Amino acid sequence: MKLLVCISKTPDTTAKIAFKEDNTQFDENGVQFILNPYDEWYALVRALEIKEQLGGSVTVINVGGPSNDVVIRKALAIGADDAVRVNTEAIGSDVVAANIAAYARENDFDIIFSGKETIDFNSSEVGAMIAEHLDLPFISYASHLDHDGTTATIARDIEGGVEVVEVSGSFVLSAAKGLAEQRIPNMRGIMMAKRKPLNVIDPVVVESKMDIVSYSLPPVKEGVKMIDPENMDELVRLLHEEAKVV
Amino acid sequence: MSVLVLAESPKGKLKKAAFEVVHYGFKAAQELGGSCIALVIGSADEVSQLGKYGASKVIHVPEDRGGMDSATYTDMIAQVVERESIHTVVVNHSSTGKAIAGRLSVRLDTGIASQVNTVPQKSDQGITVGRPVFSGKAFAKYLIKGDRRVLSLMGNAMAPQEVGAACPVEEVSLQVPTPRVIIKETKTVDGVVPLPEAELVVSAGRGMKGPENWGIIEELADVIGATTACSRPVADSGWRPHHEHVGQTGVAIRPNLYIAIGISGAIQHLAGVNSSKCIVVINKDPEAPFFKAADYGVCADLFDVVPRLTAAFKKFKAL
Repeated sequence: MKLLVCISKTPDTTAKIAFKEDNTQFDENGVQFILNPYDEWYALVRALEIKEQLGGSVTVINVGGPSNDVVIRKALAIGADDAVRVNTEAIGSDVVAANIAAYARENDFDIIFSGKETIDFNSSEVGAMIAEHLDLPFISYASHLDHDGTTATIARDIEGGVEVVEVSGSFVLSAAKGLAEQRIPNMRGIMMAKRKPLNVIDPVVVESKMDIVSYSLPPVKEGVKMIDPENMDELVRLLHEEAKVV
Repeated sequence: MSVLVLAESPKGKLKKAAFEVVHYGFKAAQELGGSCIALVIGSADEVSQLGKYGASKVIHVPEDRGGMDSATYTDMIAQVVERESIHTVVVNHSSTGKAIAGRLSVRLDTGIASQVNTVPQKSDQGITVGRPVFSGKAFAKYLIKGDRRVLSLMGNAMAPQEVGAACPVEEVSLQVPTPRVIIKETKTVDGVVPLPEAELVVSAGRGMKGPENWGIIEELADVIGATTACSRPVADSGWRPHHEHVGQTGVAIRPNLYIAIGISGAIQHLAGVNSSKCIVVINKDPEAPFFKAADYGVCADLFDVVPRLTAAFKKFKAL
């Protein structure tokens, strides 16, 4: 099995969200960056498990500048065999997907994994786009994957439950919680990661059809109104008359 | 040039999400030009009713192929886009829509914005449209360049309003390849509004002490017609099914009312629920971080308060 895992760099879950340059740019000052959790915990780990079961190799691919090498090395420390970085800023999902697809087209992977979304832009677009570029089946929000070497059986999260599907041949999958359990890199993995190949390649597409004009923060909550626990009629009244939600 | 919306009909029924996307398409057409055409794929009842929410015409592809995959949908939508001369395609940001939107944007060679929650506006280079980013902690205004684009509409972002009457329906047959993803089984809970679509949600956490205590949560939800949800530790411990988990790694929701019971409010939980219109927090710990994100708070033992709240709702409903 030749496996490719698409990985992104995102601000840490607990990062303070602020903007600069007249609210046109994310303020990275003091922000800790991490491997996108869906890519790391679920996509990458399940790919490693499939390799352990069926043999083969796991390559991780990232689109971004040299500052991304830290999170790419982490993916190598967790167990990926080698890494590719497409050397251009990940300015839009279309640019990211086109570049990953261009690499994948030359390298014939059996399964291409992505996370279900990144925790910064939450758009769930890249996996589906790669599948279309390569004319492959796409299974989104996979929370369970079994593979017998020929056919994959996958459970994907849908509204209020799961859908169990089967697919044969190569496919693209986006990973949701449940697909695997997080692995913490050990010292040996971290040492080995330094010697694993990280190939930097040139982009094929650099212009996006999307651009962010401005950011804004949600209005600040007025503050919580505490209700007397003995008086739940009052809470119901407020929900009806003030909040108008019941 | 018109707007095309995909109105989903799960199990043959058009539901709120379909009315939302049609009404959004109607508003988008008012801004960008043309009319709103609704596409319904598979069996569905009373598709002409989509006219009420603003569709000028329904294109109905009735054939049920026993399951569709994202490529098959993309193929069908792309054919309709060429036939009807479409400038904007809108799908719901649902499990189906999310799998289609990215594919379709590549097929049509257009820009895309997912999970939009504002009506698009014309701009010199294309359109602008708003959507939440950073898991609901901020909003971004996107410019989508070019004269065509694909959008996916966030759930509960736009209340569907009746603006017209039933519209004409065109039954169409389309040539499509056989799906490569074969659906073997669908396991969903019947008779419950799925969380992403729910307007009222009652959610509980570790403060419940064990799965055997969920009766008071279910009763409260039942009385107000809410969907039940839970925090991550509860789902991870197997107290409640995985699909009830709301938060960053679980389902992101946007109900009108979110009642959080015995949930402390970790940042990962808030990321999945902070777009709720009104948040009620019931927790006996006055230091619980969730109170800072709440509109109303009750600081008391949940085992006392929840049955009392249920009784108060019963009284209110009986009025």
